[in-house]
Amino acid sequence: MRFGIIVFPGSNCDHDCYHVLKHVLQQDVRFIWHKEHELGALDAVILPGGFSYGDYLRTGAIARFAPVMTEVIRFAHAGGIVVGICNGFQILCEAGLLPGVLVRNAQLRFASHAVYLKVENAGTRFTQGIRKPVLKMPIAHGDGNYFAPPEVVQRLRANGQILFRYCTASGEIADSANPNGAFENIAGIMNERGNVMGLMPHPERAAEAVLGSDDGLQIFTALLKLY
Amino acid sequence: MKAQIHITLKPGILDPQGQTIQHALATLGFSGIEDVRVGKLIEMSFEGHSAERARALAEAACQKLLANPVIENYSVSFE
Repeated sequence: MRFGIIVFPGSNCDHDCYHVLKHVLQQDVRFIWHKEHELGALDAVILPGGFSYGDYLRTGAIARFAPVMTEVIRFAHAGGIVVGICNGFQILCEAGLLPGVLVRNAQLRFASHAVYLKVENAGTRFTQGIRKPVLKMPIAHGDGNYFAPPEVVQRLRANGQILFRYCTASGEIADSANPNGAFENIAGIMNERGNVMGLMPHPERAAEAVLGSDDGLQIFTALLKLY
Repeated sequence: MKAQIHITLKPGILDPQGQTIQHALATLGFSGIEDVRVGKLIEMSFEGHSAERARALAEAACQKLLANPVIENYSVSFE
């Protein structure tokens, strides 16, 4: 499968994603600089984590207008697979490819620790084949508090677009397991068409057992089942 | 010509920063402050544009980039 990883000034998880796709999963992968006007032949685009454009104005707000984003939006509208991780999720929301917005963590602190995620819908292109009901992987963000108007969240729920929610180790959705105040513990969603996903946790940082968890790998291998 | 653009969180959107400031003020003895909300002030200078054109540009900038309509309101005023 052919992956492209978009690199913005301030991206810092681009190499982690590259490592997982290239060295752990032996996929065809290349970096795409934010100033490019073409994506080339790709099956999936990854928007990695980081602090694109210094998070100035709002997270993702400036990156969303980077030259390459015109092509990413075109690619998504044509049905291409797009995954936004952490800052990538924020950019996808700002670009209007996903509903809602990620605002400042409710406790105002940068949150950097492992979380548990309940897989809410295992029947999507992004979650197919995930056998475990609860995944463990790290978060590292200051603005991961998902917000969308109640009617939007209602639609997400009705359509099965909520993919991951923060939970306890045993899979219970609880306030105590919510690291940032996200509405209804939402950690990851997809668009209605089911080809664009955004999530705050970092599956690329939990893709090998030596890192303490390889649960994140299941999210990448779900994509490979498409090809 | 200078525009002042105020970007504020919509009513009902949680503002943890504002709450923290309010608590800090209460601790310092500033009593009776019912609510604190934090927003942004953006100053924009124009040259060679009519007042109408400058206002239209500032409004368009708010809609396209400066404010996120999901959570924020904006207002434009000229000095």
